[in-house]
Parts: sequence; C-alpha cells; structure tokens
Amino acid sequence: MTETKIWDNRAWFFVVPVLVFVLFSSLIPMMTVLNYSVQDTMGQNNFFWNGAGWFQNLLDPTTEVGKRFQGALARNLIFSFVVLALEIPLGIAVSLCIPKHGWKVGAVLVIIALPLLIPYNVVGVIWQLFTRGDIGLLGVGLRAIGFTGFNVTQDATSAWFTLVIMDVWHWTSMVALLCYAGLKAIPDAYYQAARIDGANRWAVFTNIELPKLRKVLIIGMLLRFMGSFMIYTEPFTVTGGGPGEATSFLSIDLVKMALGQVDLGNAAAYSLVYNLITLTVCWIFFTYTTHADAKETA
Amino acid sequence: MRGTMGRPLGMALYMLFLLIPVYWLINMSFKTNTDIMSGLTLWPHAPVLDNYRKIFNDPDWHASFINSILYVAVNTVVSVTIALPAAYAFSRYRFIGDKPLFFWLLSNLMAPPAVYAMPFFNLYSSIGLFDSIWAVALAHCLFNVPLAVWILEGFISGVPREIDETAMIDGYSFPRFFIKIFLPLIANGIGVAAFFCFMFSWVEQLLASTLTTVDAKPIAAMMSRAYSAAGLDWGLLSAAGVLTMIPGAIVIWFVRNHIAKGFALGRV
Repeated sequence: MTETKIWDNRAWFFVVPVLVFVLFSSLIPMMTVLNYSVQDTMGQNNFFWNGAGWFQNLLDPTTEVGKRFQGALARNLIFSFVVLALEIPLGIAVSLCIPKHGWKVGAVLVIIALPLLIPYNVVGVIWQLFTRGDIGLLGVGLRAIGFTGFNVTQDATSAWFTLVIMDVWHWTSMVALLCYAGLKAIPDAYYQAARIDGANRWAVFTNIELPKLRKVLIIGMLLRFMGSFMIYTEPFTVTGGGPGEATSFLSIDLVKMALGQVDLGNAAAYSLVYNLITLTVCWIFFTYTTHADAKETA
Repeated sequence: MRGTMGRPLGMALYMLFLLIPVYWLINMSFKTNTDIMSGLTLWPHAPVLDNYRKIFNDPDWHASFINSILYVAVNTVVSVTIALPAAYAFSRYRFIGDKPLFFWLLSNLMAPPAVYAMPFFNLYSSIGLFDSIWAVALAHCLFNVPLAVWILEGFISGVPREIDETAMIDGYSFPRFFIKIFLPLIANGIGVAAFFCFMFSWVEQLLASTLTTVDAKPIAAMMSRAYSAAGLDWGLLSAAGVLTMIPGAIVIWFVRNHIAKGFALGRV
C-alpha cells in the first residue's frame, strides 16, 4: 500500500485540526508536569528551581518515594505479566469457539462484548460485591469449599486473586474479538488445502491459524499490556490499593500522591518517568511490528 | 479432545463466566439492603423496585446520566470529525514528518490517564472549563482522537486510490468528492470509529470524575453517593450499575456485525 502514496506536503493542512486538539490535550498539560518536576514550592505560589532533585529522589531506592515507586512498578509488572499470560491463550481459545454461521454469531458477539462496555467503576462494583465473603456468590462459594481465609479487604492473596480474575473477566473478550477478526480474514483456500493434505485440527491451528494471527496478537498484547499497566479505577473500587500497599499499582499510587497528598514535585517526576516507561514499551512494540512487517513483505 | 461438542461447550462455559457476575449485580439490584445483608440467596425472594425508584425519582441522578451522555456524544462527534481529514492524509500522502507524527499520535493512546489527572485539573480550571461537560469531552480527546485516526486510516487505506483520481477527472472539487463519494464508501469505518470513541469515553472514570464536581457530575461519580455516611447502600449501587450497562448493551446490539471488524482496526 505504501508505494501508492503521493509525496505532497500540503497534506499537513488535513492534519492541523488533529494536531491542535492533541497538542492542547497532551502537550500543554505535560508542560505543567515538566514545570513542577524541576521546581519546588514553599506554598503561596512561590516556586524555585530544584533541578533534577525530584528525579534523584524517585530513582533512588533508599528514599521513601523511591521505595514507593519501585514497589508499585514491580507490582504493576507482575500484574501485567500474569493477566497477559492468562488472557492471551484464553482469548485465542475463545475466538476459535465462536460459531461461524447463523444467528448464534450475533448473540455470542454481543455477550462477549458486554464486559468491555461496562463503565470501569461498575466493573469494580460488580467484583467487589461478587467477592464479598459474607454476601457475594464467589466469596461465599470460596469459603464454603475451604478457602476460609478469603477476604479481599484483609488478605493480600485474596485481593490479588480477585483483581486477576476481574481483569480476565473484563478483557479476555477483547483478545477474543481481535483474534476472531483475524481468523475471519484467513482465506478458505488455506483450510481446503489443509483438508486435502489430511491435516488434523492441531496442525491446522499451529501451521495456519496461529501464524496468520501473529499480527492481531501483537496488537492484542500491546493493548493489554498498556491497559493493565495503566489500570486504575477497577482495583481502586475493589481494594482501594490495599490491604496495605498490596494492590497499589502505579496509577493508584500516583493519584494518591498528586491529588491526595498534593505532593506536586514528586508526583510530577513520578508522572514523567511512568509516561516514559509506557512510551518506551510502545516504541519497542511498534518498531518490532514494522520490522516484522518489512520482513514479511520482502 | 476438541470434538464437535468441545467448542460449543467451551463457549457456553466462557459465557457463563461472563454472565454470572452480571446476573449477580441484577439480582442484588432487586433486593433491599436488609435482604442483601441477611445472607446469600441466588434470586431475589421478595423482589423490590425501591432502588430503581430512588434513582428515577432523583433529579441528581437524571442530571448525571444526561451529563455522561452529553460529554460522550460531544467527544465522539469531535473526535471523528477532526480525525477524518487526518486519517485521509496519513493514508494517501507522504509528507514531511508523517511517520513520527503518526507514532506521536498513537503514543497518546498509550498515555496513562493518571499522569494527566493533575495537569488537566490545572489546565481546565485556568481556562474556566472545570466542572463542565466540555472539560471531560475535551480531555477524552487525548485518547479518542488518536484511536479514531488509527481506525479510520485502516479503513481509508482499503479504498482504492483510483476512486479519488476518477472523481477528480470527472471534475469534482475536493470537498464535494469527500462528502458525496468518499464518506459513503467508508461509512462502516466511521461507524466503527464512533463506536470505539463512544465506548472508551463511556467507561472512563478517572478523568471524568477528576474534572467535575457539582454541575457536570458524570454517572460514575454520582455512584459514589451510594457510599454515604450511613454506610454502603448496596442495592442502590447495584441498580445504578445495572442502569449504566444498558446504553452499552443497546449500542452493541446495533453494531454487533461490525464489532469484530473494528477490533481488527481495519488493518489485518
């Protein structure tokens, strides 16, 4: 497709509206953050230069802010890793089970897409209620089969278990829908050829479907990584970041610092480093996919 | 293992997993708080409509529903409208800085909303938009505009260039060609982009509640009202939760045949 593009710098005019909006909603706010990140204040709007002080604070694992940041980062990375490891294979499996023809397709798609359209705080409310040890079906059920210590607000393992199951419930559908779209794009000829060769189900999956799904899977993994790395509302509603600090992910910790404690300097440095990490991961994914694309077309 | 029964069975189990928590919420919304706290029952033995009545009779709840719908609508219209020409440019032309610009746009899609909570608060307060639906609608542009550009670019790339050229030869001016010929061709893509903008704006809560206090309170922030001084009003919370699911469910029903396509973002 790229060869058919025409070189014309006037195309910039088409991009101006988007640029204005995104600059307004991205760059201007970021300038404020940058500003706070290098200054300190004594209150009353008196700011003075603080250089890289906040950043040194943040990246030094012996300071309190440094410890907080490291802890939240580690928890967030573990959480992302766990939910990706569960959601990607499960999503692929579900996509293979979606019916191919008839009225069932619509019905199944609607039910699958449902969790994606529930406001994040309602997702949190649903799971908060569902896992309550006294009145929730899952909570009571788990206690009944012997997990007597199950308590989201007091036991870290229970809190993590709940958040992971909740995320799988909430987002596996997205992976499944992506894969379903990818599967639909595979021409019938491939399946016919496989049938002629007498390939079994597993061979069709590993030799045809999985390679063809590679691109959508990369998009799915990127979206899920970013989603889980930015997660805020759902864990905030279910656990509030607790018990203790057990489920204080980066966003929760940052909001606590910025809006709760109004610790502007530290929060600004935190924001920038956090944003930088997501950008780097995003960039690595993009270069990897474009590189892989180039190889494929070569 | 995967016989003819394997797939429907797997699907049924997964759908059960999706629906049980939702059912649980609906079940609780028809109970009184004493009923809820008195123990576990699988269905409401004495169903009541009190929770829904409370919501329907309270002007604050109506207002918050309308606020949410308004900022989602404004955001969807703005995002798709300004994304269209940009997506056309990215799909049809090469120009100075096109690739870095496209990447920079997409990188906004990946920006954690928490990073923007504090600066947005300052920005919208300083220009007098704080606590208005405009603040939320504009704030959500941060991720919805890049998303709309990305989706539309995929769909536009699927339309052959020859169509543009033929129209030009036939003497169409660019705006007339764009509106009369091009837009109908990518109507599906516009629908899908609008659906995704709707969805992400509707479910987002952190920015929506940070940027509003009284006048433009969204439904999500209104739900915190169930956490009152008297303790948690579980029934009310459940009923509000059920009601917020309805617009989404209606929208999915109408676009169900396009959902999968949109998830492929037109590029697969």
